[in-house]
Amino acid sequence: MTDPILQLRGLEKSFGDMQVFKNVDLDVAPGDRIAILGASGSGKSTLLRCINVLETPDAGDIRVGGKPVGAVGSNGRVRYSERELCALRQRVGMVFQQFNLFPHMTVKQNVTEGLRTVKGIASAKADERALKELSRVGLADKAETYPSRLSGGQKQRVAIARALAMDPEILLFDEPTSALDPALVGEVLSVIEQLANEGRTMLLVTHEIGFAYHMATKIVFLAEGGIYEMGTPDAVLKNPQKPLTQAFLAEHQRFHF
Amino acid sequence: MNYHWNFASVFENWPALLIGVEGTLRLFVVCLLIGMSLGLVVGLGRRSKSKPVKWLSTAFVEFFRNTPVLVQILWFYYALPILTGLEISPFMAAILGISLNSAAYSAEIFRGGIQSIEPGQWEAATAIGMSRLQTLRRIVLPQAIRRVIPALTNRGVEIFKMSTLASVVAYVELLQQGKLIASLNFNPLEVYTVIGAIFLLILYPIVRLTYALERRLARSD
Amino acid sequence: MYEWNFWPVLSESGILWAGFRNTLILTATALSGGLVVGLFLALGRLSHRRWLSLPAGIVIEVFRTTPPLVQLFWFYFGLPIVLAVEMTPFLAAALTFTIQSGAFFAEIFRAGIVSIEKGQWEAARVIGMNHAQMMRRIILPQAVKRMFPSMMERSIELMKTTTLVATVSYADLLFQANELAQKTFRPLEVYTVVALIYFISISAVSFLAARLEKRFARSGEITQ
Repeated sequence: MTDPILQLRGLEKSFGDMQVFKNVDLDVAPGDRIAILGASGSGKSTLLRCINVLETPDAGDIRVGGKPVGAVGSNGRVRYSERELCALRQRVGMVFQQFNLFPHMTVKQNVTEGLRTVKGIASAKADERALKELSRVGLADKAETYPSRLSGGQKQRVAIARALAMDPEILLFDEPTSALDPALVGEVLSVIEQLANEGRTMLLVTHEIGFAYHMATKIVFLAEGGIYEMGTPDAVLKNPQKPLTQAFLAEHQRFHF
Repeated sequence: MNYHWNFASVFENWPALLIGVEGTLRLFVVCLLIGMSLGLVVGLGRRSKSKPVKWLSTAFVEFFRNTPVLVQILWFYYALPILTGLEISPFMAAILGISLNSAAYSAEIFRGGIQSIEPGQWEAATAIGMSRLQTLRRIVLPQAIRRVIPALTNRGVEIFKMSTLASVVAYVELLQQGKLIASLNFNPLEVYTVIGAIFLLILYPIVRLTYALERRLARSD
Repeated sequence: MYEWNFWPVLSESGILWAGFRNTLILTATALSGGLVVGLFLALGRLSHRRWLSLPAGIVIEVFRTTPPLVQLFWFYFGLPIVLAVEMTPFLAAALTFTIQSGAFFAEIFRAGIVSIEKGQWEAARVIGMNHAQMMRRIILPQAVKRMFPSMMERSIELMKTTTLVATVSYADLLFQANELAQKTFRPLEVYTVVALIYFISISAVSFLAARLEKRFARSGEITQ
């Protein structure tokens, strides 16, 4: 088996006195496609956001290539330096529910921004790269448009191109279709599917259980402040062993005829 | 840099400072009352259906907002007596300058507040048979004024600060007294530090109150 | 009935223009200085480091809460005593109004910066930007557009506040007006003309600001 790219060990997070999860261990190996499911409030997004430290975990390790990120400070908590975080985030791309495109930049500039500012790539090369990623998501013709003129689905595809341009080893998708009109969900899912077929490593928080089943190599079900059930899509979604997973799936399949 | 601060030379003159505080407060209260109430009238005037009233209120606001207060005070002090033949005291000139200037600013605040009230409120009041004036008095203004209280408090703080300009026409207020003490005791550093501190002491609690009001308003809306 | 006579004022209008020029120089100096000071004060106040945020907060609050004329007197009459330096009216005025407008600009910058949605900060972070890159490339360009109206308003306030320097004998428009009034014995005409000069130039700036604001609003990139 190949060595994992990323490991979480004993991860813990609370907001105030509400514990979101504790003791989460998770390995992400190259080519893994992990779908994270769970009821709302089960900490799916928070888990994803702890991986690139948009939320600082209260305890536990994030290990990249076997080495923990951050250093233990005097108060016993892990402290992350800005340099480490920037390096980590270049290896881990993220796509948000609300797209978060930069409104003051054109579509192409959105994609080249990280290449130029963070990686210091020259403008001509960055443009070339941006156009390649935009063609991949089918939006090369919108390169000079401002985000405000795009549909939700198009915005999300630009956001995916922006993440891809940075050559991340892992892609995080935080409910990428939840803010979209139902009619626009398909175009975004098919881009994600295409990335899956290329063998990219990704973690996906979603409510589209059917999509998760087809696309994921592993399902993680979060409940009771941690990983409640984990396994292959067939095992967890077709044959759930534990009551909360069963209840969740029953609830979500109520309208399947 | 080894300056020896000597605040005793300021505090020995506390009766003079007290007279100054009294003068500042008197000017502040008068200007606050005139400024706010005239502001409300002018603010309503800018929404009037009568063209001349609207035009006059707009001209008033534009003129007093787009000229410096100090120029206004000096105009009232040096120029107005020539025009009218009336004697204008420093107190009077300061009142005219600061009140009219503040009225122009508060007019805009009131107008903004009234404009922010949803048309549905006017319609609902009209639907139960209220006249325009009744609607304004009973329905719109109470809501509008609540919304603009932080902005008005802010204006009040500005008026208080502006009162120092009256020293330019030798009206006896805090800064004027400070100048006097400094010129007699050769201690301007200490005097102006103390004067600044007095203003900070009086105004900072009000500024904090404004912040709190703004937050409360932001939450309730 | 008073007989208006603008002739003495007009024939000596060079005195007023010299003052107007000085008013503009002082305004421009304090404005450019104030913007820089304001940006640093705002970033300081927003910092998580207390040794930065506390002093920045104190400077902002003190200069916003005390009267500008007291500040000016402090810098002109008081500060030279501690520093044992010569203070010119221009230096005192430039210093006072740079810091004072800086304090007001700081609050405008801060409000603009915190008004940028959380998603923009996160999107900048997840492509690996550090704090400085994020501020320069993502947050400030968007914040500045939103701040524009308040910035213009504050700049106009600054121009009006510069009249206070006449009290420390800096030869601005108002000071020159005083001189001219004494020379011509025509205070009514002089102060009326000066009020008009201020009114016209400030109205012109307001008008231009409103036009620019509309252009910004129409360019539309601001709404996502």
